[in-house]
Amino acid sequence: MNDLNDRTTTTTAAPVGGYPLWEVFVRARRGLNHVHAGSVHAPDADTALQHARDVYTRRAEGVSVWVVPSAAIVASDPDARDDWFEGSKPYRHPTFYTIPDEVGHL
Amino acid sequence: MEQSTFTTATTDGPTPAERFDQLIAAGEKIEPRDWMPEAYRRTMIRQIAQHAHSEVIGQQPEGNWITRAPSLRRKAILVAKVQDEAGHGLYLYSACETLGISRDELNELLHQGRQKYSSIFNYPTLSWADVGAIGWLVDGAAIANQVALTRTSYGPYARAMVRICKEESFHQRQGFEIMMTLARGSEAQRDMAQDALNRWWWPSLAMLGPPDEQSTHTEQSMQWGIKVETNDEIRQKFVDQTVPQAQFLGLTLPDPALAWNEERGHWDFGEIDWDAFWEVVRGNGPCNRERLAHKVKAWEDGAWVREAALAHAAKQDGRGLAATA
Amino acid sequence: MSTPAPLFTYLLRLGDDNLVLGQQLGALLSRMPELEADIAVANVCLDHLGQARNFLTYAAEVEGAGRDEDQLAMLRDERGFRNAVLMEQPNGDFARTMARQLFVDAYQVPLYEGLSRSTDDRLAGIAEKAAKEARYHLRHSGTWVVRLGDGTAESHCRMQAAIDALWPFTGDLFAADEVEASLVAEGVAVDPASIRPAFDATVGDVLAQAGLRLPEDPYQRIGGRQGLHTELLGHLLPEMQSLYRANPGVEW
Ligand SMILES: [Fe+2]
Ligand SMILES: [Fe+2]
Repeated sequence: MNDLNDRTTTTTAAPVGGYPLWEVFVRARRGLNHVHAGSVHAPDADTALQHARDVYTRRAEGVSVWVVPSAAIVASDPDARDDWFEGSKPYRHPTFYTIPDEVGHL
Repeated sequence: MEQSTFTTATTDGPTPAERFDQLIAAGEKIEPRDWMPEAYRRTMIRQIAQHAHSEVIGQQPEGNWITRAPSLRRKAILVAKVQDEAGHGLYLYSACETLGISRDELNELLHQGRQKYSSIFNYPTLSWADVGAIGWLVDGAAIANQVALTRTSYGPYARAMVRICKEESFHQRQGFEIMMTLARGSEAQRDMAQDALNRWWWPSLAMLGPPDEQSTHTEQSMQWGIKVETNDEIRQKFVDQTVPQAQFLGLTLPDPALAWNEERGHWDFGEIDWDAFWEVVRGNGPCNRERLAHKVKAWEDGAWVREAALAHAAKQDGRGLAATA
Repeated sequence: MSTPAPLFTYLLRLGDDNLVLGQQLGALLSRMPELEADIAVANVCLDHLGQARNFLTYAAEVEGAGRDEDQLAMLRDERGFRNAVLMEQPNGDFARTMARQLFVDAYQVPLYEGLSRSTDDRLAGIAEKAAKEARYHLRHSGTWVVRLGDGTAESHCRMQAAIDALWPFTGDLFAADEVEASLVAEGVAVDPASIRPAFDATVGDVLAQAGLRLPEDPYQRIGGRQGLHTELLGHLLPEMQSLYRANPGVEW
């Protein structure tokens, strides 16, 4: 659900003469993270928040919303993804280690 | 969203084009900032925009009956349904904007007639039963198409489809419930339902797009994983699921050629009048002009509101700066 | 327990306010200045329709004559409607829609908050939910009135014109008669006079932020609670009722 850091640079700022774009994050229930839900156009933060509520919680999908100006998102470079996210270090994962069954849950 | 980068000359790894092909071949999603062929981007923009415009224009035919809905329960359901269509339009514009085009630009393209919306919304809603027929058939056909599109290769489009499909099922059910109530009602209500079915059946089949052998985009779109099922495949699925529903309602589908084909395991159906379909696509359907005029009028009537909102926001920003200075 | 008649009338007043307003807002879908506003107005419309249904269903039960919400909505003529005349004023431009909404919201917030403490549990339950909705509506209409009043020169003019045009219909919201009097004494209803200060304070606050003024002309048009409406209602109702009336006694 992460379109937010994926927008091309041309669309993140306010289109000339139009409303800026805001990214919407919704917390579905207490205890859960806010998760990116989509975006809205709005002239200001307060309106963006109301729009986010009206658009993305029509079916009681949330108990809390955040809005962030799309232009404020800083994203990693997709072309560098192999360099950045290669990170295979199998010894960081529990399945890397062999423990005899008789030890029980560990 | 700027990156401070310094370029490192490298000859390692696949070219962006190779990487794109690999992702498609592996059935992985393409995400907005990935390199993609320009034609892929253009096709995606055209398709998502057309889909978004359809949802937005799609408010109008059913919206036409909100003030006259025959019960308060039906009125509330219809308002919620039409509102959902506006929401779908919004999700899709959001997805389209990730491809480097703004909603204002898309609006402009629609208003100038340079981008299309689904032909189905150029037919008038002449009775209350049309609201039922649209929910049952038009939303039904749209769902058949959209379920396939949840597997499309462009990530934001696929995710919008998942959200939309979740919301659509109530649309089709409420439409079927209206048809069922009418079919079991008075003679006048039955006639109303049959008349609506007669008028909406063929346009609903046609809205799934031209037959595969005539469809200019199908082959490339399948290759790129934009389309995962062809128009004819989706149409057959829709017919197969709808025929028994019509039988249940005791209504007659207006197609004498409709017959169960044991060998194929599918329903055979008659020839769609593609000339009529293309006439509507070309702008000569019963309501093309009204639908677009309605949309443009709403946009132009609202210009002073949008200007005021921006002006107010600018003033507030100015005041904020003044206060902290 | 009150005699059915005043409570029935009181519930009709509450129900009709929301029904007539909901009917008008429903006509705005796909006609708003932006897609987000279409969705927002639909939410407000759905809240009012829901409130109308709750009040009218309860009214029908109180009446005990075998009528339901739809019969009350669809088979009464304009003289039988008990909404305040503000509700039947036309949508107009976006400024008029928002001015009407601001006045309604500024009235309904204290009304529903008061009714949520009604000695009539059913009414209190309906009002408690409605109060939450009204508070959100007020935030929505209030921010729009401020934005338009303090936006461009054109939006300021339009917003001031809307306030001037609709203010004369606000007095009807507070025009109480013996129906309220008996119910207020039993703790069932809210005395409209008691919520007038809250209404005035809310409206005054929003207009001050918006740089707008109330008209000086004290004229007020009242009578809706007795079925003495403006001519507009006689056009709104036939549209709403036509299909239902053309097919008597069937299910929809
Ligand atoms: Fe839809
Ligand atoms: Fe739908």
